[in-house]
Amino acid sequence: MEDCLAKKMEITVSEAEKRTGRNAMNMQETYTAYLIETRAVESQNEGQCAPVDSLWRRYSEFELLRNYLSVTYPHIVVPPLPEKRADFVWHKLSADNMDPDFVERRRIGLENFLLRVASHPVLCQDKMFYSFLTQEGGWKEMVNETGFQLKADSRLKALNATFRVKNPDKRFTELKHYSDELQSVISHLLRVRARVADRLYGVYKVHGNYGRVFSEWSAIEKEMGDGLQSAGHHMDVYAASIDDILEEEEHYADQLKEYLFYAEALRAVCRKHELMQYDLEMAAQDLTSKKQQCEELATGTVRTFSLKGMTSKLFGQETPEQREAKIKVLEEQIQEGEEQLKSKNLEGRDFVKSAWADIERFKEQKNHDLKEALISYAVMQISMCKKGIQVWTNAKECFSKM
Amino acid sequence: DTSLAEGNSFSPSMPISPSSMINQYKFEDEPELRDLFITVDDPESHITAIETFITYRVATKTSRGEFDSSEYEVRRRYQDFLWLKSKLEEAHPTLIIPPLPEKFIMKGMVERFSDEFIETRRKALHKFLNRIADHPTLTFNEDFKIFLTAQAWELSSHKKQGPGLLSRMGQTVRAVASSVRGGVKNRPEMFTEMNNYMETFSQKINVLDKIAHRIYKEEREYFSEMKEYGPIHTLWSASEEDIADSLKGVASCIDKCCKATEKRMAGLSENLLPILHEYVLYSEILMGVLKRRDQIQGELDSRVDALANKKTEKDLLSEEIGKLEDKVECANNALKADWDRWKQNMQCDMRSTFMNVAENNLRYYEECLATWESFLASQTVDLHVEEDSEDRP
Repeated sequence: MEDCLAKKMEITVSEAEKRTGRNAMNMQETYTAYLIETRAVESQNEGQCAPVDSLWRRYSEFELLRNYLSVTYPHIVVPPLPEKRADFVWHKLSADNMDPDFVERRRIGLENFLLRVASHPVLCQDKMFYSFLTQEGGWKEMVNETGFQLKADSRLKALNATFRVKNPDKRFTELKHYSDELQSVISHLLRVRARVADRLYGVYKVHGNYGRVFSEWSAIEKEMGDGLQSAGHHMDVYAASIDDILEEEEHYADQLKEYLFYAEALRAVCRKHELMQYDLEMAAQDLTSKKQQCEELATGTVRTFSLKGMTSKLFGQETPEQREAKIKVLEEQIQEGEEQLKSKNLEGRDFVKSAWADIERFKEQKNHDLKEALISYAVMQISMCKKGIQVWTNAKECFSKM
Repeated sequence: DTSLAEGNSFSPSMPISPSSMINQYKFEDEPELRDLFITVDDPESHITAIETFITYRVATKTSRGEFDSSEYEVRRRYQDFLWLKSKLEEAHPTLIIPPLPEKFIMKGMVERFSDEFIETRRKALHKFLNRIADHPTLTFNEDFKIFLTAQAWELSSHKKQGPGLLSRMGQTVRAVASSVRGGVKNRPEMFTEMNNYMETFSQKINVLDKIAHRIYKEEREYFSEMKEYGPIHTLWSASEEDIADSLKGVASCIDKCCKATEKRMAGLSENLLPILHEYVLYSEILMGVLKRRDQIQGELDSRVDALANKKTEKDLLSEEIGKLEDKVECANNALKADWDRWKQNMQCDMRSTFMNVAENNLRYYEECLATWESFLASQTVDLHVEEDSEDRP
């Protein structure tokens, strides 16, 4: 295990606070700020607790950090941020960004993001990341000064490459399909889960109506009264129990959501590969055509149709001096081109190698995390069943006394 | 003369046998003493030029002496049940006659002859006849016997006999004339208590009925969403390798829980819903019985008032009053006895129905628990196997 930042430093996002300020257009806005606390992990010998450093950051700064990391390390599957807006909500949860439950879940998600980055062998060493955690003022400016935005590939360019690339690495093509499937299946799952949660909520809450009726009914009964009354109480307990159950399930949904967003990060790496590969193919094609042009000029044969060839036939050939000059220019360009092609090839191979290493690391992480998530889901279901058994056992006893 | 039938459970035409005396005093929870078994089944559709209707097979097995045979099988339609109910009400105005399923179902879009409707009705008709059979007085009613045993043409001709429409109307007119709120003034305390009880009970049972239907509806919608939930995990497993088994395991658990929830729903609709509905109808019947008692009392009261005002015909009135006093006493006693019996049965029914609901839910949760626990066990076994294989050099 490499010595990543997460091992040397304790990182938490411990608080969230509502703030008001002025935005870029000098209009008042409300936003949430998150408190990041860091503390060096002391070795056993020293036994003393290091002091806690802290600073406040808002969501947009996290976004800036992530964008920076994505552009700077395009071969890495960069951990995703928690969602900007509440999605896949069932009716009880509000889709309002200011809702305390949403803010709380986002706080946890942001902490998770920082921990993921801090435990990544490559990303944890990034200086911008370190200063994000430790340097309160001027961080935004510092990141922007790296000029990373200029390195970012345009979406249009990437789309073009996706369609036109001829020989992408098969593994990346497969990975692309996988990430599409993953995205599609997880979002479907989350949607249905939200609906199931909604319905389950309804079933439990309707049972709460028993309590009052039983109580009112018990008032006119002599022998049945006690049994009815106490059964009603258990029905109230049953109805109330769903709130905690569903809140826990929300954390499970968040775990799945992380991998939904991770699928996008996987796609980004594939896109980068396609871009590089397309670039390489274009460069190789360009070189080939230049070589051909050179050959034609040197031997005087026209193998391919060219407008130049046609015009020269129509308006007469060039002078030998002109031809020599052209050949010389072309030979220089070809030389440059071959060097560039060599370095592009190398770049491409390095990219594939390092990207694939990170993808393998990611796969293992994903399999481990998702398996654990499924297990935790089973544990939640078991707990829910046990609570149900307890309530209905109690209710049954009350009914038997009626 | 129907007025004498009240206080006298033994109709003159019936031989008094030791076994029938025992039957008079049997209770609900002593089934071994039962000597009359009735089933209602086999609905059949009949199409004529004028109408379409359903008949049900009514099968009876009995060891009673007053029945010529020990087994009977007849076919009856809903109209016949209505006839029986009205004859019983006529003969025993202050006894609690069990409810019949409604003529039409207003709520929901249940078609008149849908399978669901017919089955619900069949079960209710079966209940109706069995409740009568279990009733200490009603079980010996002559019309009841004819209903169970007569062939179709026999029943038709029997229906045409008896007090005609006009005389029945006359009774009703007299009852109305006695005063709309007759019998309330001198109503014994006990019956006022019953009235108050019934008003509250009726309210509560109606609310319960609604709640039960809501629960059924919510469970049904939960079930329909769950059906989609499991298969998504199976779909996902197709694109995975390492976690494919875990995903398939979750899918299978969800599907099993889905089936369990279907069973839970079925239990609700077979047990809780029909019983609550029956008691909703019962509450209406009971209010009606209490009114009729009041009317009988009202007749007496108006005669007593008339006696106080009249100078002549005192003897005649006194005689009438004497008869009416007997009538009122019989009515009151019959109602009181039947009321106690009804309350006991109600308590019994409610207890067993709600216990059944609880058991249903327990079964559901226990099934789901077993499913998830076995999945969890399979997963942790895998983890241990993985760990072991990692340890090996």
